[in-house]
Amino acid sequence: MATAELKLKDLDGPVDPDWCPGCGDFGVLKSIKEALLELHIPPHEVLIVSGIGCSSNLPGFIRAYGVHSLHGRAVPVATGAALANHALHVIAVGGDGDGYGIGMAHFIHAMRRNLNLTYIVMDNEIYGLTTGQASPTTTEGHKTKSTPRGNVEKPVQPLALALASGATYVARGFSGEQKQLTKLVAGAIAHHGFSLIDVFSPCVTFNKINTYPFFKERVYKLEDEKGYDPTDLMAAMGKSLEFGARIPIGLLYRTEKATYEDTEPVLSRGPLVDQPLGLDERTLAELLAETM
Amino acid sequence: MATEITVGIAGAAGDGLDRTGDTLARTAARLGLHVYTYNSYQSLIRGGHTWLRLRLSEEKVDNHGDHLGVVVALNQDGIERHAREVEAGGAIIFNGARFHCDPVLVPRGVALVPMPVPELTAKLGKLLPVMQNTAALGALLHLIGFDLEVTAEILIETFKKKGPEIIDQNIGVLRAGYEYAARTFPALGLPWNFSRKRRPVVTGNLMMALGAVAGGCKFYSAYPMSPASFILHWLAAHSEKCGVVVKQAEDELAVVNLAIGAGHAGARSMCATSGGGFALMTEAIGMAAMIETPVVVVNVQRGGPSTGLPTKSEQGDLNQAVGASQGDFPRVIIAPRDATDCFHSTVEALNLAETFQLPVILISDLLLGEHRSTIDPEAISGGVTIERGEWVTVLSPDEAMNGGYKRYALTPSGISPRARPGRPGMMHVSGTDDHDEKGILISDEHTNPAIRRKMHEKRMRKMDGVRARLQPPVLEGPAQAEVTLVGWGSTWSVIHEAAEQLNAAGIATNQLHFKYMHPFHGAEARKILDGCKRTVMVENNFTGQFARHLRAESGFAVDHLLNRYDGEPFEPAYIVERVRALLEGRAPDLQVAEHEAREMAYHHIRIHMHDKARPARLQPVAESEYGEPLWVVELVGRDDGRAEGMLLIGRDTGSMYGWHPEVPGMIRDAAPGAFETSLGLQPGADRPASRARDERAH
Repeated sequence: MATAELKLKDLDGPVDPDWCPGCGDFGVLKSIKEALLELHIPPHEVLIVSGIGCSSNLPGFIRAYGVHSLHGRAVPVATGAALANHALHVIAVGGDGDGYGIGMAHFIHAMRRNLNLTYIVMDNEIYGLTTGQASPTTTEGHKTKSTPRGNVEKPVQPLALALASGATYVARGFSGEQKQLTKLVAGAIAHHGFSLIDVFSPCVTFNKINTYPFFKERVYKLEDEKGYDPTDLMAAMGKSLEFGARIPIGLLYRTEKATYEDTEPVLSRGPLVDQPLGLDERTLAELLAETM
Repeated sequence: MATEITVGIAGAAGDGLDRTGDTLARTAARLGLHVYTYNSYQSLIRGGHTWLRLRLSEEKVDNHGDHLGVVVALNQDGIERHAREVEAGGAIIFNGARFHCDPVLVPRGVALVPMPVPELTAKLGKLLPVMQNTAALGALLHLIGFDLEVTAEILIETFKKKGPEIIDQNIGVLRAGYEYAARTFPALGLPWNFSRKRRPVVTGNLMMALGAVAGGCKFYSAYPMSPASFILHWLAAHSEKCGVVVKQAEDELAVVNLAIGAGHAGARSMCATSGGGFALMTEAIGMAAMIETPVVVVNVQRGGPSTGLPTKSEQGDLNQAVGASQGDFPRVIIAPRDATDCFHSTVEALNLAETFQLPVILISDLLLGEHRSTIDPEAISGGVTIERGEWVTVLSPDEAMNGGYKRYALTPSGISPRARPGRPGMMHVSGTDDHDEKGILISDEHTNPAIRRKMHEKRMRKMDGVRARLQPPVLEGPAQAEVTLVGWGSTWSVIHEAAEQLNAAGIATNQLHFKYMHPFHGAEARKILDGCKRTVMVENNFTGQFARHLRAESGFAVDHLLNRYDGEPFEPAYIVERVRALLEGRAPDLQVAEHEAREMAYHHIRIHMHDKARPARLQPVAESEYGEPLWVVELVGRDDGRAEGMLLIGRDTGSMYGWHPEVPGMIRDAAPGAFETSLGLQPGADRPASRARDERAH
């Protein structure tokens, strides 16, 4: 089937999503499918790597190659796969606990490397699959099962971290603004370099604070802001920390830089998986001669 | 008898000891000799005490042996610590202008070779202090009867990039040292027969790196950790030439997940670390088994637990490898026995990982990973067989009819042909939750005990296929023997040599050595061991991890454990002495030995006395107010030999109880017992070891 003829339901995975009805993750799943169709990327060229958590079940619900890896390890698994075959479109997905908690170190370092990866974090400010404990993005004062007197820790600022760490495409989406989200995802996949989209993806079961209405009342689109320039790093930094009566969504920042893959000489010979294996006798003899 | 000699080079980190040792090793290897070097060093960049031993022999040697022919001391401490270990007929070489050797330190029949370095090199311009090493090396070449020109040639190559001036200076110093020694001292008279066959000087780490490349590894990731870092350094330096992507990552969690991600996408991948890093990798090792992605993980063991002994060797991580990660899953654990075997084992590990789609753990150690030895170049070859396992490139009509590709097809071998991400038509998800043949999770709403059972059995079935491919253990030496020495991994050579020594001494000894830890040849091992008279497990760890593994896998409990866990590797004589004790029914003695009390005294001298003293005499005392026998160590000044005081060391516990600055002055001259009385101790004979350890395995 030619890619052009594919319809949304052709990208359905073998099983239906097992998310709670109304979960924000449905919107993210749909946006990823729409973005792939929009970009005419055939599904076999896509590898979606997730960690563990409700949102990390996503690879099972879309027709593409997938790895449903360990909690917190989506980004390094995706990194290895991307370096092994840079002809693939590698997308890492997961939740805020997965990416900003247990996987935080990988998140920062992957951005420093500017790998050609897309990372979509379904941020619901709570641990859902484990039934409602505070997550790294849970707001201050929020009472959860693990913070019965209210959360006293400051939430992680993923967008500010991304900007500070060298990500070259930084955006924030909202499941309730699905059209915009599709555009952001398509932009991220098309972007040459590391892209992060932090998506407000409400947990309808365990987070009674950061709900659809909570975000609907507060979010505004950056593309509607007169004079906002997504190539201005300092302006983006300012927007990245805005979380109150008004919360920006859209593309915060984008720049073009050489990717890690661009600077790795071995990869200039084509995808690693297509390169010859082993050593001939002459090369081995040369290598041994270095020790003699 | 093959001619051989062991040369020890002692100094501090930063004294240029490695370079000197390397030049000597390469000289010997170009003369056609075999070399084995063991470097006892510490986790620091400058200072400390480093002790490099090079065993040079006409025959292949794979351990540092029991002897010491020459010491080259690069500082005063080197003389202090090692002069007394030189055997009769040997020599002690040092820069006489900077250091001196107290005659009390020199054993009978050992020549003192102080080199007047400034006089010898006066005409050669201003020299760096490390050039004293080159003068000493020149003298050494004369004493041990080596060819000066071979070393000169190596120096020319070494300093090629630094220009003719530096080359001339180095060669000049080397020659001056050689000629001075030749004029002044007779050579030691070693009857070498130089074949002049050039041999590579390698380490186990290098051979693993080479084996990886030859075996088709395309992706290597690592986080710096001693003693595995050399593999990273070598592969990084040779990445372009060998076509391997090499990635240093932020931690070992990332390292192993990178390797698994690359393996999943279809690149043969490997990573390496030591025990601490391996601990961080274990969750992902279970993932590799669950999603059936090949990966090779190398653990170059060092002394544990915890940060432990970063620069010392131990075989302490077998339990960790066997028990890595939660749940039951197929894994392969291979422990190569020497440098050449490191090459072949790495190729084998990569082949097994891809053929059976599982994690393979290569378990080496600091001794094997970092010691340098010569190999015969023909023992390894570039054209090794690379097995990539079963792959699907096109969907079969049957599968197309039946709803698509089954990534985890239930097969008799347990192997399900892989599809490379990127190939049309075979999209699937590989999940760490258990799953059905197509990869659909059976952990949540699709929970299914029957599928779970068959999927679990399929994965575990792969172990049968692996086991059938591995060579079972073989008894080496006489079929009928008084003693069977059992071991695993890097200790093969030292056990082999100990067995030879025991046989020569009339104690019939054979050897059963294991390389494949998992899957294990339990039945084969049992059959051999049941026919052995007295079995002794030789291991570089405290608890006898392999003895326990052997018992778990074969039901066979060895008769005795022979462990070493002081951070140092076995020497043949160490094993021989303990085997003799076992045969004579002598209880193993865990008391502080005399040479250990001396080591402890040096520790005190370094920490509290700025290296200004030395232990002059050690006296055992049977009873003390501390409730245990003591070593009383008399410390004297290094410069004047004047008594400084007494150090009291508990012989059972090793506790350094006290320091008596008042020296009774009677240790040399007084009547028996007077010395103890003067310290308020009970004079008396040695009492038997009070805390003997029952070394029989339980």
